[in-house]
Amino acid sequence: METSGTVVITLEGLESLIGLLKRRGYRVIGPTVRDQAIIYDEIAALAELPRGWTDEQQGGLYRLVPRDDDAVFGYAVGPHSWKKFLHPPTELLWTAERTEKGLRVTPAPLPDERFAFIGVRGCDLHAIAIQDRVLTHGGKIDPHYRARREALFIVAVNCAVAGATCFCVSMQTGPKATGAYDLALTELGREEDHRFVVEAGSEAGRVVLAELPHRAATEKDIAEAEAVVSATAANMGRSMRSDDLHELLLRNLNHPRWDEVAARCLTCGNCTMVCPTCFCTTVEDATDLAGHRISRSQRWDSCFTMDFSFIHGGSVRASPRSRYRQWMTHKLATWQDQFGTMGCVGCGRCITWCPVGIDITEEVAAIRDSEQH
Amino acid sequence: MADTDGTTDPMVPRLARIARRRRDGPQVWTLEIEAEDSAGAGFAPGQFNMLTAFGVGEVPISLSGDPAEPDRLVHTIRAVGPVSTALTRLGPGETVGLRGPFGVGWPMAELAGHDVLIVAGGLGLAPLRPVLYRLLAERARYGKVVLLYGTRSPQEILFRRQIESWRRRLDIDIEVTVDHALGDWHGHVGVVTTLIPRASFDPAHTIALVCGPEVMMRFAIAALRDAGLPDTALFLSMERNMKCAVGLCGHCQIGPVFACRDGPVFRFDRLRNVLAVKEI
Repeated sequence: METSGTVVITLEGLESLIGLLKRRGYRVIGPTVRDQAIIYDEIAALAELPRGWTDEQQGGLYRLVPRDDDAVFGYAVGPHSWKKFLHPPTELLWTAERTEKGLRVTPAPLPDERFAFIGVRGCDLHAIAIQDRVLTHGGKIDPHYRARREALFIVAVNCAVAGATCFCVSMQTGPKATGAYDLALTELGREEDHRFVVEAGSEAGRVVLAELPHRAATEKDIAEAEAVVSATAANMGRSMRSDDLHELLLRNLNHPRWDEVAARCLTCGNCTMVCPTCFCTTVEDATDLAGHRISRSQRWDSCFTMDFSFIHGGSVRASPRSRYRQWMTHKLATWQDQFGTMGCVGCGRCITWCPVGIDITEEVAAIRDSEQH
Repeated sequence: MADTDGTTDPMVPRLARIARRRRDGPQVWTLEIEAEDSAGAGFAPGQFNMLTAFGVGEVPISLSGDPAEPDRLVHTIRAVGPVSTALTRLGPGETVGLRGPFGVGWPMAELAGHDVLIVAGGLGLAPLRPVLYRLLAERARYGKVVLLYGTRSPQEILFRRQIESWRRRLDIDIEVTVDHALGDWHGHVGVVTTLIPRASFDPAHTIALVCGPEVMMRFAIAALRDAGLPDTALFLSMERNMKCAVGLCGHCQIGPVFACRDGPVFRFDRLRNVLAVKEI
């Protein structure tokens, strides 16, 4: 049976979706509560989703709070992003073996795991599209990323909750999921008549949807779903004017605000770890004691470290001021020169997970408001 | 390259063997390597390779040999860190990992018909030597050729015998200066930028190629502008931390550009604004 148009599934339908994707060979990844946060990990059943939980966020603050309803997706975003699966923190690149005949290099096999992501928000959908551009659309590509990306099944969720550090509306990435998804859900009812309005965004999505128990969506369902997204859009915790960022930041590279933010910045790199678009990596070589078995791995790196720009003689960006400026101007300005997109999706993670609560939207506003011509 | 279709991982090195190794100064060695699996695909003056000392790591090293001999991959390396030190200790027959060549080199096509002014500092002469080989091999295609080379001391003059033999030619002006020297040195003493006002070239028809420590390049650019060269005639080769060499790791950013992919050689006007900012 082929399904076209918008349909409605119940909680049982969502449970069936998880089971169906597993039976189709996907590693199903979804939100789950662990260590007092909503993180993304492999899930086997609906019961593992963060039902009845929401998150309270502010600069440098994240708390899980019970909801007074049964919402499954009633939170914003947590410390994880989907890049931990598509562009993992460590990735083996090759191994080499030294024998009497000489040295032999074996490339790491391409990953064959097929991920299904459940609960991808609009901001994160755009973040995946941005990493696609960085890692697979240039002259050279990352074949590991591409293999995982091509096998990916995405179940997006239209946001019903705007976190206090969210600003997707400013970045035009949400709260409605737009872009390349297979299915997109909007959660309705939450207590009585708990249900999900579902749209298919791909042929693969339509095929899966057809196998789930569902009914056609009514006009009321669709209107309710639209109202959810509109209400979220109206409740953004943060905002940031984004149309002039390239010129604004590049003409203010010597603005005194960089010194001011550097006085607070710990250069810990948390913002780069939680950012769903930050892609920088370094490589690490390892050997056994005899030097016969050698390997090289890639791992996430951060422009906040001194090592990042180190060349003989010292680091190019030795001061915290220059490292914060590199991160922010890359994200909001030079990313556009390099990849033709913005490097920020407005998810707010860098604000929430900054231990001192540095707020990218506030930093931009401070520069804009005190620009020295 | 085989990896343009995405089937080959651009991060996996080929194997190469050290064919020759010679000392070219204190802590400086020139390694000639030969790829095991394929003939050299050739390289453009100013490009670089990523060389792996197996078990230690990988670093970018510019090609310093003759582009007319594509099978001989020549690299001049100063032992400054663990990887470069390990590379310079390898002897003939030993194996290194090789990726490349990478990057955009010197504007060789544009040089034809122009005076060419080469300003090099220290090891910065290495990525310019392929240019000199090419210019001298096709000497009639160019106007005046001037090499201004500065280094710390007479002992550190790179490719010294070759410079001396080139100096005997009448079709290239070579001036060498050192920062400090003892009484047995009869040449210039002072930074390389002091040679620029004295050099003979027609600023309206000159292209300048500059490579050396960043501070030296800043002063050289200023002196070249004072000498009347427009920013569009100034080219410089930038050095940055590099891990991937293919625009994926993010390390070598200089504002809007990647040194590995968009450079390492840049026309100065493309970097003018960002290089005016410290620690960019």
